[in-house]
Formats: sequence, structure tokens, C-alpha cells
Amino acid sequence: MPRTLRTPAQPSPMAQPRSFVWTRRVVLTLLLLFVLTPVYVMLSSSLKNLQDVQGSFQWIPHGLTVRPYIDIWKTVPLAHYFLNSVIVSVSATAFSVIVAIFAAYGVSRYRFAGRKVFTVTVLSTQMFPGILFLLPLYLIFVNIGNSTGITLNGSRLGLIITYLTFSLPFSIWMLVGYFDSIPRDLDEAAKVDGCGPFGALFRVVVPAAIPGIVAVSVYAFMTAWGEVLFASVMTNSSTRTLAVGLREYATQNDVYWNQVMAASLVVSVPVVAGFLLLQRYLVAGLTAGAVK
Amino acid sequence: MRTSSTSSRLLAATALVAALGLTVTACGGGSDDNGGSSNNDPASLKGQTITYWASNQGTSLDNDKQVLTPELNKFTQATGIKVKLEVIGWADLLNRILAATTSGQGPDVLNIGNTWSASLQATGALMPWDSAAFTAIGGKDRFAPAAIAAAGAAGKDPAAVPLYSMAYGLYYNKKMFADAGLTPPKTWEELVTDGKKLTTGGHYGLAVEGSNGAENIHHAFVLAKQRGSDWFDSSGKATFTTPANVAAVKQYVDFIANDKIAAKGDAEYSQNQTITDFATGKAAMMMWQSAATSIKAHGMKPDEYGVVPVPTPTANATGDAAITSMVAGINMAVFQNTKHKAAAEAFVKFMTSTPEQKILNGTYGSLPPVKEAQSDAAFQTPDLKVLASVLSNSAAPLPQVPNESQFETLVGTAVKDLFADAAAGKPVTTDSVKAALTKAQQQMPAS
Amino acid sequence: MTATAPPRRAPEAGPDSEKTAAGRRLRPRVAERLRQVGLPYLLLLPALLAELLIHIVPMVFGIVISFKNLTLFYIHHWNSAPWSGFDNYKAAIKIHQPIGQALLHSFWVTLAYTLLSVGLSWLLGTAAAILMQDTFRGRAVLRAIFLVPYALPAYAALITWTFMFQQDTGLVNHVLHDQLHVTSNKPFWLIGDNSFWAMVIVSVWKSWPFAFLALMAGLQNIPRELYEAAAMDGAGVWQQIRKITMPSLRPVNQVLVLVLFLWTFNDFNTPYVMFGQSAPHQADLISIHIYQSSFITWNFGSGSAMSVLLLLFLLLVTAVYLLVTGRKRGEADA
Repeated sequence: MPRTLRTPAQPSPMAQPRSFVWTRRVVLTLLLLFVLTPVYVMLSSSLKNLQDVQGSFQWIPHGLTVRPYIDIWKTVPLAHYFLNSVIVSVSATAFSVIVAIFAAYGVSRYRFAGRKVFTVTVLSTQMFPGILFLLPLYLIFVNIGNSTGITLNGSRLGLIITYLTFSLPFSIWMLVGYFDSIPRDLDEAAKVDGCGPFGALFRVVVPAAIPGIVAVSVYAFMTAWGEVLFASVMTNSSTRTLAVGLREYATQNDVYWNQVMAASLVVSVPVVAGFLLLQRYLVAGLTAGAVK
Repeated sequence: MRTSSTSSRLLAATALVAALGLTVTACGGGSDDNGGSSNNDPASLKGQTITYWASNQGTSLDNDKQVLTPELNKFTQATGIKVKLEVIGWADLLNRILAATTSGQGPDVLNIGNTWSASLQATGALMPWDSAAFTAIGGKDRFAPAAIAAAGAAGKDPAAVPLYSMAYGLYYNKKMFADAGLTPPKTWEELVTDGKKLTTGGHYGLAVEGSNGAENIHHAFVLAKQRGSDWFDSSGKATFTTPANVAAVKQYVDFIANDKIAAKGDAEYSQNQTITDFATGKAAMMMWQSAATSIKAHGMKPDEYGVVPVPTPTANATGDAAITSMVAGINMAVFQNTKHKAAAEAFVKFMTSTPEQKILNGTYGSLPPVKEAQSDAAFQTPDLKVLASVLSNSAAPLPQVPNESQFETLVGTAVKDLFADAAAGKPVTTDSVKAALTKAQQQMPAS
Repeated sequence: MTATAPPRRAPEAGPDSEKTAAGRRLRPRVAERLRQVGLPYLLLLPALLAELLIHIVPMVFGIVISFKNLTLFYIHHWNSAPWSGFDNYKAAIKIHQPIGQALLHSFWVTLAYTLLSVGLSWLLGTAAAILMQDTFRGRAVLRAIFLVPYALPAYAALITWTFMFQQDTGLVNHVLHDQLHVTSNKPFWLIGDNSFWAMVIVSVWKSWPFAFLALMAGLQNIPRELYEAAAMDGAGVWQQIRKITMPSLRPVNQVLVLVLFLWTFNDFNTPYVMFGQSAPHQADLISIHIYQSSFITWNFGSGSAMSVLLLLFLLLVTAVYLLVTGRKRGEADA
């Protein structure tokens, strides 16, 4: 029987009681308010001039202006930073997810010496306080640069490698969970059909784990997208990412609140749109995916 | 399943290649290492490229770039030395310097806050400016002595050269003072009395930046100095808890706690809201360093406010009691590891030359530390004249000790927490101030 | 549990030289064996290399530094920094001395912050995921909106919250004081006692969508038939949630809660953006505390020692957590 979990027409197996419907309405409305209030503040502040933004808060701004949306490109090279962020985040995500898929497949499908050690070690890297290994990592990058000529320090490549490992532990863990839930008979059958282990992985396991992979990709992307501490030390003006670049609206003289908000919204629109698209993909991946 | 198998295989192949690609690109990239020519022969300076890290002085990093680029072009034209400019925000600058110091890989020339001079000097990462180096840029006595004193520990060759100077002044709103029939205060007592008169109907006498550790330190330093007290003894040991230092901090916090001439809300200010409050008329006075550009940016015209020296304990005070400001400013340093020392020195010479000093300080609203440039008409506006006189007559450098940053962090935070107490209505007493400073001092490293 | 486990065999079982020596009859089997044994290691290799470069080696480096007196006097020549033995650790754990006292205080603040933030984030994430499991009008839009906090760059979100928490001009006090008249005067949120709560609220806002996302994906893996069977047995919605949904989410939860805990405990962005380099006493998270003890004051020996202590604590927590939840998970599987 094909999985039809996400078919919109699917009726609920049982009529939902009123208590459930009301709980849903109340809880989701409150959550919506909680989530959207800061977004509204961003939007309304981004349409005010600086004096108004610095004054008392008003729900309904008077004297709207689109000036901040014009100024943001001049105050800070926003487009450039945006491009850097996209390059770094997308590459880090792609590599991280691929590496994680391999590792998770190994952990999920094979029993080998050192399996436990590997999972525990990888997981434990999540506990490393970033501030502890920031400086050593910087030194290692500089030394690699000096001895091999590969510029990792201050380059996008360095950031990509760094960020891919930031999301790796959780991605592996998450994917091991997903892969475990996919029946082994499926890839065994594929192997009997003549697929090698990689064939089984990419023909059977990966398609069946699409929702998990999408979730993990989103996570890896956001990890790279929002990172501040490492980016502040390991980038220069030509490789600076948005997460750090947005801080430049707070200058020696002033904090351009309205421009920070406008810039934040502008750079977030593509990301939110991406989420929307992926959401559909998440649904599609399930309905068209493997048979359970 | 059948239809997707080709694409699956393709995906698998792509994934593998991509995974391998990581190592392949890592091996193939970065062949532009030109061996770092360490040539200091003046004749061959032409064609060298130096890197310059500039601090944020203007309204934005981009604004700084626009201000500096034409000047750097002039330098390149005159000497043939190219300058690679990077403007770095204050949030990142110290971390970037730290990373550069640790790795030995950094810029050739960089700007530093002058309060960092001694700390950075202690690391040995900056080139010491001995008399030969100073001679190369026209001599030490071209610079104001106060500015030189804020360029490194006493008795050592300065770690940097003064570039922009600033000083604290008391900014007051002319109209509010006239309406209240007041003249700018000369003593603290007058300031508090005036402040109380001006604190009515949503307006306040004074604005302070209570959550900004550096601001807190600067005022605590001056207020202690006026009592003849220092925060470090001659051996560099912390002396935070002397009665004079406790009294100084208490006096500052009392503007909110007891005198109530500053709004409680000021306790959480850390993003220059003080200037906003002053420029919008919410506060009648503020003590700030070279604020003309910022005030203007907030829409207050230069003739709407006046600047006088920060008050002293008594009128016409002399000696330490007459100190009204720290020596604020930006210094320019040469990175010890530079491979282009001569080019770097040539660049410093250019930036501290009289014409450049006039242009740069004129644009940024700061004062030229180069004496010759200060006499220029551009710096004879009423407010700059006051600040220039403060700088040369009644300013003292912050303690030039390696542990200055600990001092700034620990005492700055202690004052911030005291302000928070005051804002929450908790009593701020000599004992509570002393307890806070004692805790700060106990966390200072022994040195 | 698994039928595919190949026999355990050390990888050195078949070096190349054996190939020629071995009989022709044997070769395919050796090669096959080699592939079987070597394959998982090959799969893990990229991950292992990346982790070694970025995490493990720098971490070892960091541990070495924690035994050195690496202050600003030495960072330019950090090789020559003198060894200090356990001095950095001793200073950090003397809880009756100011440095240890401050660290301990910071630890308790961080623990409270983490427990509150993770608990609330998990609660909100679970509630939303379960309530949105079935279709209703506007679900897709709502789901996208709920992910917005996660999609915003951390700095943008944090600076907006800081803006909202401003005492005089912020939205929070505008609503609480001016509109709802809940408070008699405008409370402070960025300094003093409330700064802790402000930080918790912001943290929950930022991390609950992640819990929501992970749990939503987890829910997709629960077979529909289970619910149908339960419905036929007469189980109501609430019972289905308790009997089917929650147990099925256990594997996801096991990872999610732990990871949220670890992230929140090491959270640096939130206090850094909200309070700058000097957090209020009440909101002095350990990450900021260590940042101050190393980056601001350039005393890396001491900062590293504190980090190592933090790491040891987190290792302990994780080990205990995995033991406890792992046993439960095993029972559930059985």
C-alpha cells in the first residue's frame, strides 16, 4: 500500500473532537502572534525614518518612507555580503549533507569495529564551545596556508569547510535515525537485484529518506547562514558574510535601526521563499517516495 | 522506480564527485603565493603593496572607504606604493588584531584605539617607534605630547603614532539653558543643581550611556583623577578600591541613583542613545567625545548647542583636580611582522603629514594630534577650540598598562550593574560600590 | 536486531601483498571480505577527516593551551608560553575565590537558561507539530510562517528583540505598560533581573521552530495505518497522540532534546548581540563569561581551562542522558 500521508484530500481517520479543534485554534493563534510580532516590528521599523524609529514605539507608524530600502545598499555592501553568504552556505550545505549521508549509511547499515566510538566522538564535537577552538583553528588555517599555499584563513573555502563540520554531527545523527526507520529489506532487495551498496543507498535509502534529508539540509544551511563568531574572525571585507555584515549598520556614530530591519527583511525573503518551496518538496518526496 | 533510477545513479555519481571535489579543489587552489618579497630598500618601494586596516570613523564603513580612497590614491601617486584598504568595524577590530597577532599574519599598517596601546605593546606584535622611526616621519615633537602619552606605556618606545585625537566636553542645549536662565556649569555641584532645574516634564538634565563599559570607564577615570586617584599603582597593580575611586564611581552612578538628573532608562543605553537624547532635546547635557558629526546626523544644528570643558570639583581647579577628559583617539601602528617596513613607515608619514591631517580630521570631526595641523581654520570652530584646549591643557591618558582591557571589562561591567541597581530603585551606597569594585579587583590577574 | 551485520573483522585482515600469495580460488573471497570490512570505514572517512581538521585537532590544541600561561605577553609567540600545570584549573574551580565564584554563578545561570529554553522550545515545537499533523485550511502557510524565526539571520532577529525590549521606547513595555497597564512603571529588560527572562524568551523564539521542524519530519515517518488501526479500536485523538504519536517520536526526541541542550548551553549569539561584551550579572552566560576571560582580556590559558571544564560537564550530561534514554529506547524496541 503506497504511503499517502500528505494527500490533502485524506480525511482524518476519525472526526476530531471539539476540544482538539479548539486547542489547535488557540495554541496556533498564540504561536502565530509570538512568531510574527518581531517580524511586524521589523517591517514597520524598516518603513520609518531614523528619528521615528528611535522614538517611542507605535503600532501604526505615521509618515512611511521607503528610504531605508534605498540606503541599505549604500551604507553596507549588502549585495556583496549576500552573495558571499549564499556561496558559503550553499556549498557548506551540499558538502555537509553528502558527507553525512555516507556516514549515516555506514553507521546505520553496518556493524563494524569503532562504530560506537565514531558516533560518540562525532556527537561530542557538538559540545565543543566555539570560543575554545576558534583561535587554534585559526592558527591551523594559517599554518596550512603557509605550508601548502591553500588559503583557508579569510577565504570562503575555509568558512565552507568549517561550517560543514558544524552541521555534520547533528546531520549524521538525524540521518542515522531516518535510515534506521527504513526497512533493511528494501536495500537488501536492491542489492540482490545487482545494485552495489552505493546503488542501494542512492536508489532506495536516499529517496525514502527525502524528508529527513531536506530537514537536515535546511538545518545545515541555517547553521552556516547565521553563524557570527567564526565569521567575524575568519573573513575579511571581500569574503564577509551577511551574519557579520549586518552588524555594520551599527556604526561608530549611530545604529541605523531602520536600515538593519530593512536589510534583514530583504535578505530573509529569499530564504523564507526557499523554505516555502522546500515544504512542497518535502510533501512530494513523501508521496512519490519509496514503498514502505 | 524505474524512471528514477537513471537520475538516482546520476545523483550518486554527482555526490561522489562532489565529495571528492572537496579534496581536489583543496589541492588545486591557491597558487598565488608570490613568496613575500621582504624588500626594505627605499629605491624599490615602488610597486610594493601594503595592507591597511582602518577603523570605523565615519558614518559607515563605506563612508570611510570613500573618505580614505582618494587620499590613498594620492599616496600611491607620490610613492608608487599601493595600499590595500580594509575598513573594519569596532565590533571585529580587536578580534582581528588578536588573530593577526597570534598567527603573525596580519596587515602592514593598522589603526588601534589608543586605550589598547599598552596592551598591544605588551604582546610585541607592534613595531616600537624608536627615535629613528620617529625621525623618518618628521620627528616626535610634531605631535601633541598628550597624544604621544596615549601611545604606549611610559618609559617605552611608543607602540603607535597618534592619528586622530578626541576629547570629552560637556555639550549643552543652548535653548534649554537660556529658557531656564542658566549658564553652563563649571563645577559638579553646579551641574547637579542645574540638572535638577532642567529635569522637568519628561526632560532630563543629563544623559549618560550606562550600559557602555568603555564610557563608564572614561568617566570613572576622570572623576577619580580629579580626586588625585589612579586605578593602577606605579607597578601596574590594580587599586580599584581606594576611597577616591569608590567615590568617583558613586558620583557617576548617582546622576541616576541620588541626583536623579539622568533618566533611569539611561542605565540600559549602549548604542549611543545618549546622543539621540541630547540631539532631540530629551536631555539638556551630555559628556561626550567629539560628537559634532553625530549630533548633526541627528538633526541638531551646530548653533543650537555649546561645548564647555567637563566640570571640576571646584571652580578654577589646578593640577589633577583640573583634569576634565581622558586622551581619546585613534593611533596608527605598524605590524611587527610586516615585510614592507619601509613602505609602511612611508605610509604612516603620509597619513600624519600636515595636509593629510587637516583633511582627515576635518572630515571626521576629530582633532589633529599634529600640532601644526591644529592651527588650521577648519579646527577653529567654537566646539573644536574648546576640545583642543581640553586636549592640550586638561586631558590625561587612561592608564597605559597591559591589563587595561581587564580594567575596562571588569570595572565597566561593575558600573553597568550598579546603574542597573539604581534604575531598579535599589540603593547605591558607598558600601555597595566598594563591594562591586572589590569583586572586580579580585578578578584582576596578578601582574 | 539486524541481519546485515557482517562478521567483525579488523581492517588489517588483507593487505595487498596477500593477494598474489593467496590462491586464485581464494582471491575473490578475500577481496569481497575486504570490501565488506572496509566499506563502512570508507563511508565514514570524509566525515572523519572534516571533524579531525575542524574539531578534534583544534580541540586538542585548546586542551594543551589550558595548561599554559598563555596571556597577552605570549600570544605573539604562543609556543614560548610557559607551562602552568593545573594553575588555570585551580583558579577556575576555587569557588570561594572571586574567579571561581563568578564562574560558578555563570554556570548556574546557564543551566537555568538552558533548561527553561529547551523545555519551552520542545513543548511549543511538539504542540505545533502534533496540532498540525492533520490537514486544515491554511496549514501550509502557517507552517511556513512558523519557520520564519529560524530563517531570519540570527543577528537580525536578536537586534529586533533587543529593540523591542528597550525600556523607554520598546514594544514590550508599550504593550505591558501603556496598553495593558499590567505594570505600574516600565520595567527594564536589558539590564537587571529581567535580563535573564528576556534572554530566555528570545532563545525560545529562536529555537522552537527547529524543534517544530525536526518533529514535523519525525511525524511523517509514523505509518498512517497505526492511527487507522487505533481509530478502529475506538481510540480518540488525544489517546492516539499519547499512545502512538509520542512513543513514535521518541527517537527524534532523543536527539532533539540533547542537541538543543548542547546548543543552548553553548549559546553565544544571544547574549552577545543582546548585551554586548559585558552581559548583566543576572544573564552572564558561560559562553560570554569565557569569551571575556579569553578574547577580551587575551588570557587564553584561563579561558581554555574553563572551556575544558565546561566540556567535561557536557560530556558527563550527555553520557548519562544517552544511558538513560538509550535504555528506555531499548525497552521500547523490545
